[in-house]
Amino acid sequence: MRAWTDISNIKQIIADSSAEEITAAYIEAIGKSKINGFISVWDEAIKVAREIDSNGHQGPLAGVPIAIKDNISTKGLSTTCSSKVLQGYVPPYDAHVIERLKEAGAVILGKTNMDEFAMGTSTESSCYGPTLNPWDLDRVPGGSSGGSAAVVAAGEAPVSLGSDTGGSVRCPAAYCGVVGLKPSYGCISRYGLISYANSLEQIGPLATNVADIARIMDVVAGYDHRDSTSINRENTYSDALKDDVKGMTIGVPDEYFGEGIHKDVEKSVWDAISKFEDMGATYEKVSMPHTKYALASYYIIAMSEASSNLARFDGTRFGHRVDGEDWHVMASKTRAEGFGIEVKRRVLLGTYALSAGYHDKYYLKALKVRTLVKQDFDKALANVDVLMAPTMPAPAFKIGEKIEDPLSLYLSDVNTVPMNLAGVPSISVPCGFAGGMPVGLHIIGKHFDENAIIKAAYSFEQNTDHHNRRPPEVA
Amino acid sequence: MVYQNPDGVRIGLEVHVQLNKLNTKLFCGCSTKYHDSEPNTHVCPVCLGLPGSLPVINEKAVEYAMKIGLALNCSIVEQTQFHRKNYYYPDLPKGFQTTQYDFPIAGEGKIVIEGEDGERVIGITRAHIEEDPGRLQHIGSIDKSKGTLINYNRSGMTLIEIVSEPDMRSPKEARRYLDKLRSILDYLDVFDGDLEGAMRVDANVSVFMGERVEVKNISSFKGAERALLYEIMRQKNHIRRGGEITLETRHFDEARGVTLSMRTKETENDYRYFPEPDLVPLRVADRVPEILKTLPELPDAKRERFVKEYGIIDMHARAAVTDQDIADLFETVTLGENVSPNNAAVWVIDILKGELNYRDVIIRVTKTEKREIESQNQCKWPLYKSMTLKLYRKKYVDTVPEIESGNIIKTIQLVKEKKITEQSGVEIIRTMLDNGGKPQDIVKEKGLLKVADDIVATAVEEAIAENPEAVTDFHAGKEKSMNFLVGKVMQKTKGRADAREAREKLITKLNE
Amino acid sequence: MITKEEVEHIGWLARIEIDEKESDAYAQKLNSVLDYFGQLDELDTEAVPPTYHVADIMNVFREDLVKPSMPQEDVLANTENKQEGNFKVPRIM
Repeated sequence: MRAWTDISNIKQIIADSSAEEITAAYIEAIGKSKINGFISVWDEAIKVAREIDSNGHQGPLAGVPIAIKDNISTKGLSTTCSSKVLQGYVPPYDAHVIERLKEAGAVILGKTNMDEFAMGTSTESSCYGPTLNPWDLDRVPGGSSGGSAAVVAAGEAPVSLGSDTGGSVRCPAAYCGVVGLKPSYGCISRYGLISYANSLEQIGPLATNVADIARIMDVVAGYDHRDSTSINRENTYSDALKDDVKGMTIGVPDEYFGEGIHKDVEKSVWDAISKFEDMGATYEKVSMPHTKYALASYYIIAMSEASSNLARFDGTRFGHRVDGEDWHVMASKTRAEGFGIEVKRRVLLGTYALSAGYHDKYYLKALKVRTLVKQDFDKALANVDVLMAPTMPAPAFKIGEKIEDPLSLYLSDVNTVPMNLAGVPSISVPCGFAGGMPVGLHIIGKHFDENAIIKAAYSFEQNTDHHNRRPPEVA
Repeated sequence: MVYQNPDGVRIGLEVHVQLNKLNTKLFCGCSTKYHDSEPNTHVCPVCLGLPGSLPVINEKAVEYAMKIGLALNCSIVEQTQFHRKNYYYPDLPKGFQTTQYDFPIAGEGKIVIEGEDGERVIGITRAHIEEDPGRLQHIGSIDKSKGTLINYNRSGMTLIEIVSEPDMRSPKEARRYLDKLRSILDYLDVFDGDLEGAMRVDANVSVFMGERVEVKNISSFKGAERALLYEIMRQKNHIRRGGEITLETRHFDEARGVTLSMRTKETENDYRYFPEPDLVPLRVADRVPEILKTLPELPDAKRERFVKEYGIIDMHARAAVTDQDIADLFETVTLGENVSPNNAAVWVIDILKGELNYRDVIIRVTKTEKREIESQNQCKWPLYKSMTLKLYRKKYVDTVPEIESGNIIKTIQLVKEKKITEQSGVEIIRTMLDNGGKPQDIVKEKGLLKVADDIVATAVEEAIAENPEAVTDFHAGKEKSMNFLVGKVMQKTKGRADAREAREKLITKLNE
Repeated sequence: MITKEEVEHIGWLARIEIDEKESDAYAQKLNSVLDYFGQLDELDTEAVPPTYHVADIMNVFREDLVKPSMPQEDVLANTENKQEGNFKVPRIM
């Protein structure tokens, strides 16, 4: 398993054996899984792998298996957002990123578990039950793309796609000791991504190493005319895979080392920054004064958009339906039964924040604070190449520890939501351990400067061995 | 004489125009030609509101919206944005309607109508772009319904909502506003107004400066007039009985001609508008000069020009411009040799249009031959030296005959050359409308050539000789006897004599 | 802070059925979050414009060219509640 966790390795093995054998091996591993990472395994996967074998392994990802978060539409393969309300929904179309992956020859293994409708930091709100962290089965894998991160960490898929609205790729990457990237807003087409908060979210890749992240980006990123917020920009992400950070300037915001930070997390991150100094970079402290307000601003905006994005789930055309004496009753009962409690809370709060009388106090105010947060990034990044901080203030917590107190769960997102508000790219790479659980280093870049953060992350990886550690469960 | 508006009536209209002449819907590439199709066959993930689908704006729809705004004298906004209007109804697949809120593409404008007391300016508050929901069909009657069927073919069609100021003072003025608006839209060729659902009206009406009541579900212009008449009367009666009018929404029952209260929970709505995150802002004001160039000459301007250039009376000009094809035909006919503008006006606007109305058909120009303008000084109108027209019944079941503008000119010329009587000319027009054909052929077939003068003279003498009583009556001053004698002359000439001429000859003869 | 009645009203606006017993629990949890949101009042944002779109793009259009629609069976494939090509739902009052 360990030997297969790198795309170039996999391609080598495929050349020596076959795509079908690799896919079969992964499917077998999934069958023995203890972590509840996959919701569904695609019954066409072997067939697709076989076809790739017969067409001579065409495409940059020919035969490479990939796991997909269950909020990304896959034609003919159920897509549920880990919600009861979407049980049985089979999309009649592929998301843009899925089209690109298929064109590149990748093999979709199946759909991964997530917090319901991407609303969460622990994957505990899934209607399928939580995914378990491969490093410690009593702990959460992070969220909302917990399944996508855990299956990569457990060796059940070499790479995966998740989505990141407030940290949902980077948090589970940090908790599971893998690499996760949230690109700049507009970088990857959202066509086919089931919306939670559309002005904040992006699809992002997860992998065991930075090179694979770049390779996936080369395939899925780029302009799509079907997404009006998609940016038209050509870029080769694998060009950034260079081990060279001489002269790179790093900004370290104090505000990201706040009160709740675990001391081992703090130590690992500062050790990492020291390492960058050894490699020829320099750092300085920067100030981002509105950081503490970012969380409230993020949640108000996300919940407001969510309350509208989730309005279509009423049982009329797809998914779960509960009958009622009239349509409004049917819709109300369907949604009451189909949505989990956290989703309902957020939809209610979002509706409230947009409603007459509260719109200016909450929604409009949050948008103004968003401007201030964005300005913090503009100013901080004006004088440095990248920013660095801990991805999460503490390592993965125990399952059930925070689920009863939504606010405490929200507070774990404090280091990741600002990047979604500002639309800047950021990546989490493993940089150490705290209490035996992985710690993530957060590297943040300017708009559309993915290459700077990929290069920094790659260089760090080349000069450390955190990425070689595997959970004890996985060989 | 100023209209007093005794009941203090104020009417405002919100008209939704469906841009069914665009090829595709507002946010997706589905075809707009759904009217005769099976349900749910003009639908894609976007207009069906499937999870993960995203809208992309149809550029032509924005251009048409600007065209309409400019034709209504509206200002075009610097920066415009789509908003979400959040509410729940089964015909709304996303659970919100993508529309425009505080930055509508077109701002204040105006339409001029023929009011109760002369020309009246009706203000336009705004015009904006939004998407149409799907269509609901109740299974069974509306109050005993067993369920609802939903067809999303219409979902996502482009609508332009035009909101007027409450400047109309009577149902008649409201009707005139709608007719004028329809006329302007027809000129712009942005939609086919005869298709089902092409133009929908909501009315807001108040009396005695009271609260306004919104009336929905009006599906025709006649219906609008009836709904308003009823609602004004209802409000007046309510006040007379000591009641108060409160802000409410009422439903127009077309069959019974009444408005009904709709006060249900569903009508209390907090739409929670916010800008559509999936659509970026538009800055299109710089396209205004280009779009202005594409605007045709609009009815008001054309009417003024007809009066000025052709010297026809305003009544004729007004009647001509309500239908662009009639107006164009009128102008092309004036090019005929020996045809004066007044001739053209009478024959096209009075006679031909009258015959069309009687048959409940309209004409549409199908082919034209453009006129070359040789020198700088020549007026650029009329555009066409000849045109072919087809007749259409209102519901687009077309009848066969085609009419050439040349044939109308020929008919007029035959009358002017006194080869046929005016009445025969009318008969030629009728025959062409019913069976097609050319004027010369019809004249031959029906023997319409005017009788020679001596035959008339003979008939006059015979009529006088054979009807001594009538002659006596005439000399006694009884007018009716002249009609009797004229009738006798027409009988003898089998209707081919010119009645006026016959009368003159009789009078001359009798006074000898 | 949000009252039990407001919770029920919001529940109606959001078409999520909330029964008597639940509305208190909701009000409590929602209020703790709203309380946290209140900290934004500490910031003076009078002169700050709102950010609706984080990317600086404008005027994204598509041409008025017809693309194929979905076949009717695919449109109706995700539900059993259909009749003569239409979606079928309970009546509307």
